[in-house]
Amino acid sequence: MHEASLIESALDIAVARARREGATRIRRMTLGVGALSGVDPLALEFAFGAVVAGTMAEGADLTIEPRRGECLCMRCQYSFETDDLLPACPKCGETDIAIRGGQDLHLLSLEVV
Amino acid sequence: MSGTISGGRLLRVHEGLFKKNDQQAARNRETFRAARVRAVNLLSAPGAGKTAILERTIRELRPSRAGVIVGDLATDNDARRIRSTGAPAEQITTGTICHLDASMVAAAVARMGLDGLDVLFLENVGNLVCPASYDLGENLRVVVLSVTEGEDKPLKYPVVYRNAGVALINKMDLAEAVEFDRQTAHANIRRVAPEARILEISAKTGSGFQAWLDCLANIST
Repeated sequence: MHEASLIESALDIAVARARREGATRIRRMTLGVGALSGVDPLALEFAFGAVVAGTMAEGADLTIEPRRGECLCMRCQYSFETDDLLPACPKCGETDIAIRGGQDLHLLSLEVV
Repeated sequence: MSGTISGGRLLRVHEGLFKKNDQQAARNRETFRAARVRAVNLLSAPGAGKTAILERTIRELRPSRAGVIVGDLATDNDARRIRSTGAPAEQITTGTICHLDASMVAAAVARMGLDGLDVLFLENVGNLVCPASYDLGENLRVVVLSVTEGEDKPLKYPVVYRNAGVALINKMDLAEAVEFDRQTAHANIRRVAPEARILEISAKTGSGFQAWLDCLANIST
């Protein structure tokens, strides 16, 4: 379950930022989740409640914004977006694909009071 | 930048969740470079034979010296097996955490030291999902597939194969008994890791080991 570790990373960033801003509570965290990251959004949601319990984000909502995978075909150089973990070029069918984006996760924003 | 939503304040952050790990991985890479140690991150499903591969590799690498940092959820059985070869081994017991991260590796390196080592193996927790996203600062990432697991593992777990420099197919001594389909296995690895070098080995009999040892000798740092 590395989803719990990922939520912990997000919470560390969130708490540091919220404190710097003089906030007392975090009400919402919004995560951008790359379609090619291999991370399961449902598992993130499941981990979230447990990880934030007892912190300034206790009871906060989690919003997940999916980000599409960005790919480049190594044969015909066509750029395309996909959610498929096994991407193939929609133009020429090539499966030698360079992944240029959508593998990562970001804490996009916070709502604090 | 801030805005208002239902009485709260909206703070834009846009920070990557792997940023801290990636920064520590870069520091690890610098530590390895300064110590002239090549670091190898070894990933596989449980039971694919990572520890058996390392036991034979350490013996056959001599006179080069290898050390091992090994991650497991519980027990130090693997570290004890490695130490019986005479190589230094440092156990990381991760508890509920299913992968090694760069800071765990940094702490283990500080405990064990790198003096006299040529190669440092980072034997990851047996798991094909979680360790994929964590750069440990390695110079080479190796994924192990054993013939008993089935040829379609790479298609089921593409993320872990994506950045592999080498894919080892282990337990080749059992290939015939389990009707292992070599061509399909190679094609599936190529599909998810076009750049990876594919080597067929048996940790039990030692077949294919020379190519693997040559590979380790030629890691670029």
